[in-house]
Formats: sequence, C-alpha cells, structure tokens
Amino acid sequence: MNDPSRAGMGRLTRRTALVAGAATLAAPLAAPRIGGAQPAAVKVGVIHPVTGALAFSGSQCRLGATMAIADINGAGGIKAMGGARLEALLGDAQGRAEIAASLVDQMAEAGASGFTGCFASPLGLAATTAAAKYNIPFSIDSGIVDAITGRGLKNVFRLFPSLSMTIGGAMPALDSINKTAGSPAKTAVIVHEDGEFGTNTAKQQAAALGAIGIKALELMPHATPTRDFTNIVLKIKALKPDLVMITNYQNEYVLLSRTLVQQRVDLVGTYSILGGGFNLKFAKEAPTVAENMIDFNHWYSVKDPRSAAFRKRVEDGGNIITFEVIFGYFAIKLLADAWERAGTADKEKTIEALNTSTFSDHFMPYGPTKFVGGQNQGSQAVALQIQKGNMEVIWPEAFASKPAVFPRPKG
Amino acid sequence: MNAEILAAALINGLLTGAVYALVALGLTLIYGVLHIVNFAHGSLLMVGMFAAYMMATQAGIDPYLGLPLVAAFMGAVGWGLYRFVIGPVSRGEDRAILLATLGLAVVLDNLALVLFTGDTRQLETDLTFSMVEVGPLLLSVPRLISFGVALALAALLWAFMALTDTGRAIRAVAKEPEGAKLMGIRPDRIFALAYGIGIACLGAAACLLLPSFYVSPYVGNVFVLVAFTIVVLGGMGSFPGAMVGGLLIGVTESLGGLYLGESLGPIGISAVFIAVLLLRPTGLFGAVR
Repeated sequence: MNDPSRAGMGRLTRRTALVAGAATLAAPLAAPRIGGAQPAAVKVGVIHPVTGALAFSGSQCRLGATMAIADINGAGGIKAMGGARLEALLGDAQGRAEIAASLVDQMAEAGASGFTGCFASPLGLAATTAAAKYNIPFSIDSGIVDAITGRGLKNVFRLFPSLSMTIGGAMPALDSINKTAGSPAKTAVIVHEDGEFGTNTAKQQAAALGAIGIKALELMPHATPTRDFTNIVLKIKALKPDLVMITNYQNEYVLLSRTLVQQRVDLVGTYSILGGGFNLKFAKEAPTVAENMIDFNHWYSVKDPRSAAFRKRVEDGGNIITFEVIFGYFAIKLLADAWERAGTADKEKTIEALNTSTFSDHFMPYGPTKFVGGQNQGSQAVALQIQKGNMEVIWPEAFASKPAVFPRPKG
Repeated sequence: MNAEILAAALINGLLTGAVYALVALGLTLIYGVLHIVNFAHGSLLMVGMFAAYMMATQAGIDPYLGLPLVAAFMGAVGWGLYRFVIGPVSRGEDRAILLATLGLAVVLDNLALVLFTGDTRQLETDLTFSMVEVGPLLLSVPRLISFGVALALAALLWAFMALTDTGRAIRAVAKEPEGAKLMGIRPDRIFALAYGIGIACLGAAACLLLPSFYVSPYVGNVFVLVAFTIVVLGGMGSFPGAMVGGLLIGVTESLGGLYLGESLGPIGISAVFIAVLLLRPTGLFGAVR
C-alpha cells in the first residue's frame, strides 16, 4: 500500500523538481538582462518657474512634460534605443533668467541629452543660450518671442507659434469674424500692460487694425499690478468704441473684464490676444463676465477625439486644462520623436532629426510640421470664445467647434 | 477732462482709500506698540483673503456676513503667531523681530503656493455687479459697503483704544513699556494682543476686498507697499494718520491715474508722499497718543 504521505511527498518532490527545473530554464527569459546592461535612461532637463509670480503657468507646463514622460516610458520608452526610458531632471527657474541658465549648466553636467522649458520668454532666452554652449537640443514650450528661434541657435526648436505668427494670425481672424457678422466693429480701444509684451503687441495691433477696416481710437497702457480699472473703463465708455482689445496678464485681465461689465460699457465685443486670464477657470468663476469674450490664443483641436480624452485625464487628476499643459506635453513628445528617429541621443544626430522632423503625433490645430530656423512653420493660434461656460474654437473654420457669437448680445 | 469722469475718479479714490486705510491701520497699530515694521503684513492679508474665499466657496458664507468670523480667526492667528513664533524667536530684539516677520512672510507665501497653486481666484457674489446710480455715475455697491464698514471699524478701533482699559494698557505699553510693567501690565501679553488686533484688521480688510478683487498667493504684495506708504505718510503709530493717509493716497492714486495715465499714476503717490514728508517729517499726525 502506498503511504499517502509518502506519495504526497513523492509527488511534491517530483512537482517541485519539475517546477524548479522550469523556473531555472525560464529565469533567463523572465529576467533576460540579469548580468546584462539596461539601456541608459535618456535624461531630459525640464525647467520651469514653479515658484514665484509665474508659478501657476510654470507648474502647468511641468505637468504636461511629466505626463508625456510617463506616457513614453509606459509605452516602452525610446524603442529605437532599446527601450531607453526618459528620466526627468526637474528644475525650478523661480521666474529668474539667471537661475534658468544655471539649471541648464547643472543639468548638462548631470548628463541631460535634451531640454524643455521654460514657459516665459525671458527664461527661455536665457536657458536656450546656455544650452547652446553644449549644443544640447532644446524643445521650447511656451516662450513666444521671435528671438528665441530667431538668433540662429542650431539647438533650439519650437513646435508652437512665435509672437509674430500669433499676432499675424490675430488680425485675419478678427477680420473674418467681423466680416462674417456684417462688420459691426469699426472702432477699437486697445488696453495693454506697459511692459515689452503688452506694448509691442499693442503697437502691432494698432498698425494692423486699419488694414481690416477698424480704427484704433486710443492705446491705454497700465502698470502691472493695477488695483483698479475704473478710470480706464470710464475713459473707454466716453470714447464709445465697438471693440475693446486687451493684452495683459491674468490678474489685470480679470479686473478689467469685470469692471467693463460693472460700468455697463456697451460693446460689440472684446478681443484679447494671448489674454492672460482667459481660461476655463475664468469661465467657471466669472460666468457673467466671461460669456462671449473672445481671445486669440493657443489651444488644441477640439475636433480631434484624442483632445477630449486628454482633457478628461488632466481634469480627473484635479488639474485644469490650459494651453501650458498641452505645450509642455508635446514639447517632450517632439524630442522623443527625434530620438526615436535618430535611434540615439547623440546631440548632432538629434538636432538633425529635429530639423527634418514631420512630427504629427499631436492634436494641435496645425498644418504639417516643418522647421525653418528652429520654428515650426505649420503652427498657429486660434480664436476662442467662451460660450455657455465652455471654450469653443471659432476660427479658423477648419478647426472651429462653434460659430462665433458676434456681435455679442445686448444686456 | 470730462467732469463726470473726474467726479467718478474722486469718489472711487475715496472708496478705495478707505480699504487701504484699514490695511494700514493694522500696520500702524503694530508699529505703534511693538515699534517694528511687520514684513509679514502683506502675506497675512493674503491669508485673510484665502480664509474669506474658502469660507465663501466651501461654507457658502458671504464675505460681508462672515467678516466677524474672519476677523476673529485672523486675530487669533496673529496672537498665536506673536505668542509662539515671533516673540520666542526674536527674544525681544527689534532686529530679530524684523527678520522673524520677514521669514514668516516667506513661509506663508510659499505655503499658499503649495496649497492653492499660483492661480488667481475670484468670487462672484450677488452684489458683484450691483451698482448705485448717482446722477450719471455708477458706483459699485461692494465698494460703497467697503467704505462704510472700513470707516466704522476704524472708529470702533479708535474707541477701543481710547475708552477701554485694554486699550489704555496697549497705549501705555506703546508709550512706556517699563512704566507699564510697574503698573502691573504684562508687555509680552500686550505685544501679542496688539499684533492680534492688527492682524484682525487685515481679516476685516480681506472680507471687504474679496467681492471686488482677486485672490492669489501674491495678492498681499499688491497692497502692502501702499500700506507702508500710508503708515509713514500718516505718521507711524497714528490712527487718524492711517485713516486720512489712506483716503489721501486713494484719491491721489485715482487722480494720478486719470491725469498721468495708469502707467505713470503711481508717480502721484510718490510725489504726495515726498511733499508731505518735506513739510512734516514725522508724517501728518505723528505717533499714537
């Protein structure tokens, strides 16, 4: 008679032996690189102002960049480089150009193969200049001034539109919106912050308005911060313009917009270019003010189904979707695409890959990607309008989600 | 200049100036008693505004109705900060108190940044777009309320300081701490109380500002420089000076913006400030009596 316990032991012993043998055979398959080399991580310097006055926007850019890195790594890394993962080197530029440049030096020493950043143009100018010393490719996210790619630095690339491209698109957009509505807007007042951004933009606007049949009645600069816009709004009211055009930063944008409503200024519409306070949060917190305001700004293609999923992902994470998140995301994706095509993180080969890039794995309202002097010629901003609390693209027509409400309803 | 716009600018300046005065009152009280400049003043105004904002958005309490709560809360915060942080850290040294308040400002600003991010928040209340028509002028109801309440609170504070035993004790310590000690008054407790009352003023100012302004981790910086200007202009430690100085600065800022443009308008404040100090170096009203 078999002893059950012995039989059990025997079966276990054979089973154990079989399992052990299978495990021994399988071990190299399960851990093929034990004893071999993992592909080295590709280090990416991610530089943004996440403290200081620009903290919100900088943090949004960083959010997008880290989301992209997580997505790329989750999909297996840079496959052409043996599945090399991206490793983010995060740096806080604190809103200061010298710190942005210093971070580049530190990260270059730490082995960064590429950079992205820096939200604000002054930071971007400083950081890209520093990266040029090492010829490390730099994928700019939100820095908009032309000089960032206009200085002849071979290592700098911008997937998104420059300032001149943005302003150059804002006037045809306004012209189209106005003409479609029967040209109700014939006069405008331009309110702008008195720094370089606001002053340059206002001057270019004023010069371009005449060509589209709108007369610029007055340019009204203001300081940042400005605590009260009542004087400016009363002067606007006295001039009776059809349009108020706004170029300033977030806090002043909010105050000015609110004061226009409080003082019951009768307008055909408001039209801001790169309006600092124009976002979904503004629409939610100040629905009375925000409704039907128009802004010419960066946004994603609402018609692309991937954009809705991306937005939901951002919002499910407790964040709000702004263009900074999208820019931060695709700036990294552009770099990753270059490494994928080059098959290496070698600086020269990466720059060459960027120069010839036709990167299309995005949901931006752009034409085909083509870099000239580091600037993507296919990029453009769009005209947005808050309608019923949501941000709709109203121009260009190819990417429009809703027709413009223009002139805006009375009362 | 259009008479209507001029009248509106004048009135608007007075309305805004009253709230500036309330912010400055707290600062001048703290200076008058502790003889230090509170570098955390702007940051604590920010804390008050976030407290009012959270109370409105989370508990549904209107900022005006919640003013006593926020003022009491901020008063307790101020008392606690002096009693447990500023006082022990500084050990009575004036220079150390300055550094302690500066450090406190840095901590508060960055804590707010972590908790609330750098984003700007605003509140639309039932009164946000309410306007009173006075002839051709449209006057904002929130601003009118702020003006009235700020003046009333300033009068209340003056009465407290002039007519109550505690107020007399505060004034005694402000004038002669050693003598006050001999009379049985504990200067360290009075310092904490004065700091608390000064910060309570900020809580009140926060509730008055919120319906017509935004809140962000850096909002305190927008008002604190004006507050410092008013305190010096009015006479450091002087309550009447803070009130008159606040109204004067409010009107100067508004008229300066009107005639010089909003970019150059702040020059008017500096010009008035320098002119007054040239004529009266101790400010309009001098120290707390």
